[in-house]
Amino acid sequence: MSAAGAKPVAGERARPGGAGLPEPLVRFSEVSCGYDGAPVLSDVDLAVPRGAFMGIVGPSGAGKTTLLRAIVGAVPRVEGRITVDGRPVGHRATSGVGWVPQLETVDWNFPATVREVVLMGRWAEHPWRAWASADDRRRVDALLDRLGIGGLAGRHIRELSGGQQQRVFLARALISDPPLLLLDEPTSGVDLKTRDDILHLLADLNADGITILLTTHELNTVAAHLPWVVCVNGRVIAEGDPDDIFTSDILGRTYGADLRVVRQDGVVLVADAAPHRLRDALRHRHGDVEHAHHEHDPHHHLAAGATASEADDLAADHEHLP
Amino acid sequence: MTFVSEPLAFEFFRQGLLASGLVGALCGMLGVYIVLRRMSYIGHGLSHSVFGGAVVGYVLALNFYLAAGIWGFLSALAINATARRRRIGADAAIGIVTTASFAVGVALISKTRSFTRNFEAALFGNILGVTTIDLVVVGVVTVAVAAFIVLFYKRLLFVTFDPEVAPIYGVNIGLVDTLFALAMAATIVASINVVGVTLIAATLVIPSTSARLLTDSFGRMIGISTVIGALSGIVGMYLSYWLDVSSGATIVLLEASVFLACLILTSMTRRRPSWVSQPIPTLARERPADDFE
Repeated sequence: MSAAGAKPVAGERARPGGAGLPEPLVRFSEVSCGYDGAPVLSDVDLAVPRGAFMGIVGPSGAGKTTLLRAIVGAVPRVEGRITVDGRPVGHRATSGVGWVPQLETVDWNFPATVREVVLMGRWAEHPWRAWASADDRRRVDALLDRLGIGGLAGRHIRELSGGQQQRVFLARALISDPPLLLLDEPTSGVDLKTRDDILHLLADLNADGITILLTTHELNTVAAHLPWVVCVNGRVIAEGDPDDIFTSDILGRTYGADLRVVRQDGVVLVADAAPHRLRDALRHRHGDVEHAHHEHDPHHHLAAGATASEADDLAADHEHLP
Repeated sequence: MTFVSEPLAFEFFRQGLLASGLVGALCGMLGVYIVLRRMSYIGHGLSHSVFGGAVVGYVLALNFYLAAGIWGFLSALAINATARRRRIGADAAIGIVTTASFAVGVALISKTRSFTRNFEAALFGNILGVTTIDLVVVGVVTVAVAAFIVLFYKRLLFVTFDPEVAPIYGVNIGLVDTLFALAMAATIVASINVVGVTLIAATLVIPSTSARLLTDSFGRMIGISTVIGALSGIVGMYLSYWLDVSSGATIVLLEASVFLACLILTSMTRRRPSWVSQPIPTLARERPADDFE
């Protein structure tokens, strides 16, 4: 089931907010980039307006993280032109950008308190001074309060819950008041409640004027709720409102898989058709002639690229539908 | 007071005491970064590499510190460069560069057997033979490394904790790594006469590992490790004098005893220092889970 009239597909993409807006905060112009060997991303044209809240989706190895890293000058081979706030990105760090890494990459046994981690994001303010100033400490305390983890500054990072740990790294990214926040799979490996907390927090930050780009594998529980999504697989396949671009065609081209899109009462659900075919094949092999189709029953679908918990969430969400 | 004052009557002991205290503090301080960057093996390997440089310097009639220092610095850079190649792990890179370098020294010694004794001191330490020049070198290196750690504290912390993200925030990782390699080489060269090539790795690793058991804060870990190193150097020298045992070995055994004590202490208290024992408050901001759109 595909969305009729999906306007923004590759080659004829509409930009968030439409034409006539001021210069976007981030612009990719005919960019191909990568590391050693073949480029990871090719022919990328993308504009990220100020104040956008944008998700980047695609299969593993599609170039989602590379797209973010290119914005901060952390990709060695770049052809074309990338600008942030009108300034070209080189091979040096881009100023005014906060970066939140995947939590899976963090060494949780490293001896670092919450305050020490957050202050890393402010190292360039007084690079030669080893100790934190009173102003630094006030800023950290105020930011931790704002993010809902006030009072944890002296804690070791391992002692916190998943949501609190994610907020610590958000605080490190925000401590220098960047206008642009980049997050690499911020909801990966966290439970449902933590994921919702993080998304609400990001929505609040976005409402405060911070432009947000995040990568995610979670189509139904994260990407489908974002105002704008970019589908990537070596290049930009499509971008737009998920209501428009989450179609079987576009997602099929993005993931290289047979995906079905279920729409019911304004809710978009992406489901992988493969389990159906597997089930049917197994039933056929075992002489079961019943081939019931459950195209509109999300309990019988697994979300594309989703974890088991996301599939459970999907079913749980549907139980609340009228 | 005899335990403390009697050995101080001897100049060699006073110089040795000062040198061992400084080397203990120096290795304790730098060792924190070496342990946290999972480079413990590099201290062992680099000291062997420096030995090769010292022998080459001797053969070419160069100053010991100059030859060993340059050799050690180049070895550290070579290890860094080799380790960056994705197909070769850092441990293998250290093994290749340092053993080859050590082998150069052994080959030259076996070829020219006339100066074997000088290098026994380098291998096993000779703190009783510490000269004023040695002491000055140890002092200068200690001050220089301490200045590096203070001035680059934030960058070193960031690079050690999060080497992938630090460059994104503008940290010049190449500069930090190069200066760190220089600091390591200088530390090892300055420490050779005190603890010897074979025991330097222990003075780099044990105090910082003990400190890690006692704290979860990076800043405190550096302070505790430096104090453990300095005190082990000083007390170890006294024990060495009174027990008539090799000073380098005594210092390392004392550090190992401190580590064992820390291990037992933290195991008994379930590794929870008092300053992090308060309960963690719940999130101040709770939002319903179903209103995000």
